[in-house]
Amino acid sequence: MTEAAPAIPADARPRLPRGVRLVHSEAQGGWVLLAPERVFKADTIAVEIVKRCTGEATLDAIVDDLAKTFNAPRERILADVTAMLRGLADKKLLEL
Amino acid sequence: MAANGNVRLHTPLGLLAELTHRCPLGCPYCSNPLKLDPRDDELDTATWARVFAEAAALGVLQVHLSGGEPGARRDLVEITAAAHGAGLYTNLITSAVGITADTLQKLADAGLDHVQISIQDSTPKSADHIAGYDGAFARKRALAAEVVGLKIPLTVNVVVHRANIERIEEMVALALALGASRVEIAHVQYYGWALRNRTALMPSAAQVERAAAAVEDLRKRHHGEIVIDAVVPDYYARLPKPCVGGWGRRSLNVTPAGKVLPCHAAESIPGLEFWSVREHALADIWKDSPAFNAFRGTSWMKEPCKSCARRDIDFGGCRCQAFALTGDAAATDPVCHYSPRHDEVIALAAVRDDAPYAYRRM
Repeated sequence: MTEAAPAIPADARPRLPRGVRLVHSEAQGGWVLLAPERVFKADTIAVEIVKRCTGEATLDAIVDDLAKTFNAPRERILADVTAMLRGLADKKLLEL
Repeated sequence: MAANGNVRLHTPLGLLAELTHRCPLGCPYCSNPLKLDPRDDELDTATWARVFAEAAALGVLQVHLSGGEPGARRDLVEITAAAHGAGLYTNLITSAVGITADTLQKLADAGLDHVQISIQDSTPKSADHIAGYDGAFARKRALAAEVVGLKIPLTVNVVVHRANIERIEEMVALALALGASRVEIAHVQYYGWALRNRTALMPSAAQVERAAAAVEDLRKRHHGEIVIDAVVPDYYARLPKPCVGGWGRRSLNVTPAGKVLPCHAAESIPGLEFWSVREHALADIWKDSPAFNAFRGTSWMKEPCKSCARRDIDFGGCRCQAFALTGDAAATDPVCHYSPRHDEVIALAAVRDDAPYAYRRM
């Protein structure tokens, strides 16, 4: 197990900053996150999370939605989402 | 898909568009070739627009609008709009000299996604001396503020060599102060103008070691604040860089005059046949041009690369460097410690003098 990422406030509204875009590319075989001079392949879970980071939905709402959509325990979803969003924010790919 | 024989054809991710070789600065490590394309040979706006549409259709995701100084093109806004319109992520790589606040606003409106500004040093006097242009440093600071003011993400690019290698910490501090979200610490790569100025630019082994430690420390200290990417000084490396992520594998480069190259330095290798966007569609060039197929895959390799466990990791290093240092573009990049000529690289790195720079000029 990796160390738990620092908590994110439940009312945070994560969003992609200008210069970061999630796009689907047939030629590259799936979803990719485009960022300044970098390209990241996004797996299915990452896509489901990042798609919901609109700047409008709160972390709470995003986690509720994912827990419902994937019929998974909320606590586990919260831990996974927190870890992913922290990782993206550290790479300047997301604003919290 | 097959290119030559059974070599797998990959989809390119990035296109470096060298819009012009004109540039007001004279940096002695410029990555442009010694023989620069004159203005009269530059592609026009419509041709660049076609190239971007073809690149997007080929699967390219990002275009790097570079030069020379792209701001020297009067149609830079139209060119950027065309790239954005084709669905590409647009990155402007600029010296800042020649991009006015008004132009920047128009570029932002045209859909520009990201700006990279080069900084030559942390102090104005040294920075302007390295750039060979008085007042460049002040303009860079001003443009950086304008970029951040428009909420466009900013990368500061710092090319590191003997004259500034002791100030990496100060240069990262400057990038932070300018509001950059990313900083590139790029040690000089010795091609073109940098190769000509190698003895004046080369740092010592001790300096390179201190620089590497400084970058590691800065990464820890500024984790989450700024992304620090580093390009290693490969004359002091034991293993070569996987240049451009493999020849004809991830990226392509279009010169001001329209030649399509696997990397910006590829014209330094004699005997390669490059195709031009004036005569061929980009997809055909990517798949069939002799230059792109010359070093695709591994069948061109000689020993020790041919049987090396790392041959699919670093692809034998850099072809241009292999040619520049051994005279054989199919040789192992001599930066690699498995190369029988590795000792020569160590000897070359030891040749340092304080000769005046040969500034890059048309």
